[in-house]
Amino acid sequence: MSERNVGPASPESGPFWEATRERRLVLQWCTACEEPIQYPRSFCPRCQASGSSLEWRDASGLGVVYAIVVEHKPEAMGEESPYAVALVDLEEGVRLMTNIVGPDALSATISTGVRVTWEPLEDGRNLPLFEVSAAKQV
Amino acid sequence: MTGTLRGAAAIVGVADAASPTGELDRFGRDLETAMVLEALDDAGLTLADVDGVCHSQSAMAFAEYLGVHPQYTDSTNTGGSSYEVHAEHAAGAIAAGLADVVVGVYAATPRSDRKQRRGGGRFTPNGPMPAAEWEWPYRLRMPMGPYALAASRHMYEFGTTPEQLAEIAVSTRKWAVLNPRARFSEEITVSDVLASPMQVAPLHLLDCCLVTDGAGAFVMTSAERAKTLRKPPVYVLGAATCHDHMIISQMPDLTTTPGAISGPAAFSMAEIKPDDVDILMGYDSFTITALLHLEDLGFCSKGEGGAFVEDGRTAPGGSLPMNTNGGGLSYTHPGAYGMFLIVEAVRQLRGECGPRQVEGAEVAVAHGSGMVLSCMSTLVLGTEATL
Repeated sequence: MSERNVGPASPESGPFWEATRERRLVLQWCTACEEPIQYPRSFCPRCQASGSSLEWRDASGLGVVYAIVVEHKPEAMGEESPYAVALVDLEEGVRLMTNIVGPDALSATISTGVRVTWEPLEDGRNLPLFEVSAAKQV
Repeated sequence: MTGTLRGAAAIVGVADAASPTGELDRFGRDLETAMVLEALDDAGLTLADVDGVCHSQSAMAFAEYLGVHPQYTDSTNTGGSSYEVHAEHAAGAIAAGLADVVVGVYAATPRSDRKQRRGGGRFTPNGPMPAAEWEWPYRLRMPMGPYALAASRHMYEFGTTPEQLAEIAVSTRKWAVLNPRARFSEEITVSDVLASPMQVAPLHLLDCCLVTDGAGAFVMTSAERAKTLRKPPVYVLGAATCHDHMIISQMPDLTTTPGAISGPAAFSMAEIKPDDVDILMGYDSFTITALLHLEDLGFCSKGEGGAFVEDGRTAPGGSLPMNTNGGGLSYTHPGAYGMFLIVEAVRQLRGECGPRQVEGAEVAVAHGSGMVLSCMSTLVLGTEATL
């Protein structure tokens, strides 16, 4: 695919993007309520904890498709087509928008198990994408 | 004017931040959040109490960041006086029962921003943009992409079919045929919809609204003064709003919109039930949008929208006339279609609609949908007979 339009990191999400340089998927967690926070914030919107109550943890990179669409008319955007855009629910309990890529991408459906894969960006960061995992989940 | 704000609302918590150096360590959303939490703490309240948010750039974006789902937001920007305007509007909202606890906020750090070379690419005038980080890279086409995601989930959870979505486009077109100003005026079939080019699967071209020029306006005055003017008054019987998220990946449940909150609240204020509605003007940016309204406003149960729209139930002659001007799907849609919902509802209740007039219409609902199923606002309108 052609160049990605990836915005600059917000102050709160810097560690997420730094970890992608090592192809690590990390999530912000609130240690007070033991829940992940997505997108990253300066405080926990559940319990309002902040500061040292927030930390970054590695994610498993495994998830399940929550919703998925196939882009059929991308000429206006100058992209290859068709391609799949999905919302993926990670094992940890957060939802990410992503592209499903790889040979099985267009056969993926809701509830298909997926795992993270990476696409290099020009600035050294990597963009997390997902591919259908061999071990299908329910 | 009737009524007064005098003594109806009170400020119960405040906070501010400033430093002799002229600089603050915190900035952006972090600083705004800190101010809100401090002011709430000053009042002995928490975010869980908040059902109203004011922000002079985007109250919706800030509410999403706070993780609250307010039924009142105000993004009015009048420059430096924005915060007095917010307080004035909030007092009115509280007096009318539209909100109970409203927070207003302001933060800017121009001195530190300049020193630390913040800003520029990092912040737009609307503040940080989660969409740029978490959605734009994946090339979900706007505006149809988020609605296609919702349609995919609705089909998965409830077995809704492309044919059922197409029924909405077919019925809406039948109304457009009766409207001489409609962009499209030839009847279509379910097959036509399914044969139209796939856009973002599962949505076809004819599942999508138009792109047209368009404009509208309304004038509102007191019920007392309305009686003295030229046309039969159309009264506001109920109104309510609910904000859920700003970007689609933050929407908690893609098959339930905040209309499930705003609809019942507005109906309750109007003292009506879905059965009492003669005309539903339900924002139809896409067929799936209209289907979700039918469920969330209580015209049918969650998941049953597909079956509900079969057999022309929302078409001319059907039991629930919906989008009688031909809707965003066939009449007009310049981008933010909500004004046309109100205009058509008023004209129907005045009996001005000629061939598409719904005879004896007394109650009409204008149900607007903002951003990507993000903010729903329900307006119940009625004739004098409904008072």
